Amino acid sequence: MSVLVYIESQDQQIKKSSLEVAAYGRAVADAMNTSLIAVTFGLAYSELLSHYGVDKVCNVQTEGASYFNLSRHSATLARVASEEKAAVLIVSGSANGRYLGPAVAMKFEATYFSNVIGLPLSFAPLKVKRSCFTNKAFNYSTSHKEKVVLSLAANTYGIFEKKVNMDQRTVQYASSTSTLEVVSEEKSTQQVSIADAEIVVSGGRGLKGPENWHLIEDLAAVLGAATACSKPVSDMGWRPHSEHVGQTGKPVASNLYIAIGVSGAIQHLAGINSSKIKVVINNDPEAPFFKAADYGVVGDAFEVVPVLIEKLKTLKGN
Amino acid sequence: MKILVCISQVPDTTSKINFIEDNKAFDNQGITYVINPNDEFGLTKSIRLQQQEQAEVVVASVGDTSADAILRKCLAIGADRAVRIDTQPQDGLYVAHQLASFAAEEAFDLIITGRESIDYNGGMVGAMLAELLQIPFVTNCINLEKKGAEIHLEREIDGGKEKLKGEFPLVIGAQKGLVEEKDLIIPNMRGIMQARQKPLTIRAAEELEVSSSTLNYEKPPAKGPVKLVDPENLDELIDLLQNEANAL
Ligand SMILES: Cc1cc2nc3c(=O)[nH]c(=O)nc-3n(C[C@H](O)[C@H](O)[C@H](O)COP(=O)(O)OP(=O)(O)OC[C@H]3O[C@@H](n4cnc5c(N)ncnc54)[C@H](O)[C@@H]3O)c2cc1C
Repeated sequence: MSVLVYIESQDQQIKKSSLEVAAYGRAVADAMNTSLIAVTFGLAYSELLSHYGVDKVCNVQTEGASYFNLSRHSATLARVASEEKAAVLIVSGSANGRYLGPAVAMKFEATYFSNVIGLPLSFAPLKVKRSCFTNKAFNYSTSHKEKVVLSLAANTYGIFEKKVNMDQRTVQYASSTSTLEVVSEEKSTQQVSIADAEIVVSGGRGLKGPENWHLIEDLAAVLGAATACSKPVSDMGWRPHSEHVGQTGKPVASNLYIAIGVSGAIQHLAGINSSKIKVVINNDPEAPFFKAADYGVVGDAFEVVPVLIEKLKTLKGN
Repeated sequence: MKILVCISQVPDTTSKINFIEDNKAFDNQGITYVINPNDEFGLTKSIRLQQQEQAEVVVASVGDTSADAILRKCLAIGADRAVRIDTQPQDGLYVAHQLASFAAEEAFDLIITGRESIDYNGGMVGAMLAELLQIPFVTNCINLEKKGAEIHLEREIDGGKEKLKGEFPLVIGAQKGLVEEKDLIIPNMRGIMQARQKPLTIRAAEELEVSSSTLNYEKPPAKGPVKLVDPENLDELIDLLQNEANAL
């Protein structure tokens, strides 16, 4: 038996969400008294994983493997999972992780649970807690199959180091007869994506127009944060759709979420609720966001935000 | 061209979520059901293709009679016919199996599901359906264009997007971007009248073993009150974020 984790990398760097998956996998393996095996795709150096409790890493070194391909990645993972007699296979809650999870589960004939929070509550049968109703509730589920694939809800477990001796082996990349091919990838100009950011700065209709977005961008720049927006802001074309967060947009699970001129409609809050610390800046003390936030400033964004930026610049300068 | 749009009915986005029967069941009291928003973007796209490519649009839902109203609404929006697979949805795999056994009987070129439902948030039915039918799958799909036999697609990824090229048949997971919010169709009187004449077929469900079960639900603990900071004293905010919240 073993526990298997899918390790995602970008530009030869292991993603933080995958280090979280490794640390989580280590704890699952410990609870099951078994070993933790990682699978990497097109990653030249995977030694870092030995610091996160990975006992053995299977590296796919075939050319082209660093490009995500659903059918080849899922077939490879399912095959390695069978070879390694995995009982639990874990992916992150990243876009690719969630794309891969159900496909691997089918090939591996396992039960799939997404948005998993915390370690399984029991193992035979496997019982998990997952978030549902877009973070408005949790659901406890049990698998009737012995094998499971879990997609860990982003930024919920934490990253913990544990140095171990790690074995390495090279594994073959599965081939595919799929007619689907990736033509190109376009990265947005943002320094950091909403999914990977520690801090997200978000603007709503209260900012009055796209010409005022320097407030959001400058604040994000001092904080090394990603920028986001409410739905009407993207619907009106003030900001690209890729920045729309909430129930019908992107989910946010950052450490810090700063909402400026956002009222805090239920659909907005649903999507950002799994952020750890929420700050609201709004001139209306009755705005619903104040009920969801940890810290709030009742004030005019056009006065508060420039001062905040200056203060943070001074702080970060030191 | 023939399109299947898979529809899930979900509580309206403003619903208060409560549970009954010892937290084992969702409380339906006062809940209005709507087409899952992600499915609605997909349905709208299918109506576009119906107009551009003379495609036939079939909608299907796995559910009991309570799903009929939503399917009628899809017909009023413009779908040509509806199929309800008559059973309680058990989990994502169960729903995917039911849909696959129906889809296997008709040669659909394109199958559209939402990227996820806003109630269970499984994000799995599309992928599993594609695996069962052995055809490709593109989720978080924000663009689909037919150029002759080639299908050009875009998938939203973390920090950007990916362009793909493929052929029919395929399954996509729809979301906003595939069409815009302003493109969503509000059924008019004519549509509603026509929908009454369109076929809504009830199909018997397959007997299947269920692979997972919900044991119970739980609501998050109530949040403490917000700490307000004077706009004239933003140093305090920075101090709190740095030293109390450990978030800077
Ligand atoms: C099916 C459905 C799905 C939806 N999904 C989403 C979603 O995913 N994400 C989302 O965001 N919304 C979603 N919505 C929309 C949601 O209901 C709200 O309409 C939206 O979130 C409001 O956006 P807003 O806060 O930017 O604007 P508003 O509600 O207009 O709020 C603007 C806020 O700015 C404040 N303000 C004004 N001037 C200033 C100033 N000078 N300084 C400081 N504050 C100021 C105001 O007090 C107000 O609180 C959805 C709606 C529906 C029906």
